[in-house]
Amino acid sequence: MKGALPILAFAVLMGLAPLLVASNVVLNFLVFTLIIALAAQGWNLLGGYGGQYSFGHAAFFGTGAYVTAILQVRYGMNAYPAFTAGIGVAALVGLAIGFLAFRSGLRGSYFALVTLAFAEVFRVLANAAEMTGGAAGILIRLQANPANFQFAERGTFLWVALALVTLALLATLALERSRLGAQLVAVRENEAAAQALGVDVLAVKLRAITLSAAMTGAAGGLYAQYFLYLDANIAYGTWISVEALLAPIVGGAGTVFGPVLGAVILHGLGEATKSLAGSIPGIDLVIFGIVLILVVRFPPRDLPGLLRRRRRA
Amino acid sequence: MTGTGPDPAFLAVRGVTKRFGGLLAVNDATFDVGEGTITGLIGPNGAGKTTLFAVVAGFEKPTSGMVMLEGEDITGRKPHELARMGLARTFQIVQPFAGLTVRENIAVGAFLREAKRGAALEVAEEVATRVGLADQLDKPAAALTVAGRKRLEVARALATRPKLLLLDEVLAGLNPSEVRDIVPVVQGIRASGITVLMIEHVMQAVMNLCSQVHVLAQGRIICSGTPAEVVAAPQVVEAYLGHGAAKRLQGAAHA
Ligand SMILES: Nc1ncnc2c1ncn2[C@@H]1O[C@H](COP(=O)(O)OP(=O)(O)OP(=O)(O)O)[C@@H](O)[C@H]1O
Ligand SMILES: [Mg+2]
Repeated sequence: MKGALPILAFAVLMGLAPLLVASNVVLNFLVFTLIIALAAQGWNLLGGYGGQYSFGHAAFFGTGAYVTAILQVRYGMNAYPAFTAGIGVAALVGLAIGFLAFRSGLRGSYFALVTLAFAEVFRVLANAAEMTGGAAGILIRLQANPANFQFAERGTFLWVALALVTLALLATLALERSRLGAQLVAVRENEAAAQALGVDVLAVKLRAITLSAAMTGAAGGLYAQYFLYLDANIAYGTWISVEALLAPIVGGAGTVFGPVLGAVILHGLGEATKSLAGSIPGIDLVIFGIVLILVVRFPPRDLPGLLRRRRRA
Repeated sequence: MTGTGPDPAFLAVRGVTKRFGGLLAVNDATFDVGEGTITGLIGPNGAGKTTLFAVVAGFEKPTSGMVMLEGEDITGRKPHELARMGLARTFQIVQPFAGLTVRENIAVGAFLREAKRGAALEVAEEVATRVGLADQLDKPAAALTVAGRKRLEVARALATRPKLLLLDEVLAGLNPSEVRDIVPVVQGIRASGITVLMIEHVMQAVMNLCSQVHVLAQGRIICSGTPAEVVAAPQVVEAYLGHGAAKRLQGAAHA
């Protein structure tokens, strides 16, 4: 497939990291960044390509995470089918929220608010329910064995996360070049014109939010397997909704590499300031805020676009 | 319309009324468009022409009345369903996908019948050539001139492979030489077997292109006939120039 080469190059380069770096701090940073990149890629399918800005992707992330954890802890299921089920349930939640929001024609800030509301409701419910471990959270038993989707080495987990991100990148590229992708972008650019050209706007949005939720749900499941602990504020917290949308917006919404690039930039900056400014609480959030203002203030929104324009000039 | 067998008209608009609150935009409009023709829909500003198009193309539900395509009742169908059935429209206020290139814009239309990207892009190129956009394929749609955007509207609609094409003032805002350039494009569309219904203010083009013209004024069809017939009809002259104008003109001619 044309355009797959940069993706494979990225996978190989990133895959070298565990061989070159032994520092757990660095590997931790990379794994976390990959998880965010995956969640952000999910947001990008719906928000970047489809122009439907969700403020509640935590709903999908948390569902993927909780289903992965609960099926193992409460039902003794193996981690892999549990993870797969997590993706499936997240996709269904996406479809359901999409059906409710899009069928009634919600767009723009109304759609953003409704998704935010869903994520918050899920957070409150997860915090109160018994099944999720309530406020105390839920722990997946540590059994570092590949058969349990747990790995003794951080580097191994990095490869697994990288494989999933690479798949997500390839899937995004395939979408970009497909009929659905073209119709999705058309919906983003102008719904009336898209309809006139035979695009079933509702069906296209529903497919997009389902795929989007599945991908972000996978990131949630991955998070659960890596940290082996969840509570409602982690799984359904606003933080992940913000990260999932900020990374693509910074890195280039509606581009294949935007979410990965944005996740690296934001987390790189976050870590750098944390290590420089020490323990000022919330300093990384301040940096996020500043970056967001800069990005919104100075379109073009994507760095690749900016670089391209530079080169042309 | 029952009891007389199938309606011979390719597109049949029957008693269509569209109300926006207290405003009667289209008032009991009835007319036909014959298969393989270029039919004109003219009328003063605000007559309800665009609203009528919106009703036919499924963007507005009529308050009452019926629209039939090849004898099939299509009233109230969704725009994308109608596009699939072969009904395409352009927008008077052009609606490009501004962030996409001309090629990508047209490809969205082509994807209606082509599942594969390669095939859709091929159709896009071929259609661009037909409407004279071949050398602008890689330009962003936002960078096109007014004339270019009008052509893009037509190209995207054509890429859906319609059997009926509704053109809403594709000549408006163009200079005379640009109008001369587009007239043969429209003739080519008809020659390729597509029925055309066009809203147009540029009378020169209407006279050249249309075999049949319907005149809409204040929501009503006030006259139907050949272009020569409708421009000579007193009620049409009055609709454009005001009450009593036909008489005054006649008086002036006799004097
Ligand atoms: N969505 C709407 N809501 C309320 N009023 C509308 C709407 N669309 C059109 N109208 C009104 O309906 C009337 C007919 O408008 P329409 O655009 O159909 O006229 P037109 O014949 O296309 O005019 P023009 O030649 O200027 O394009 C106008 O008075 C217009 O203001
Ligand atoms: Mg109009």
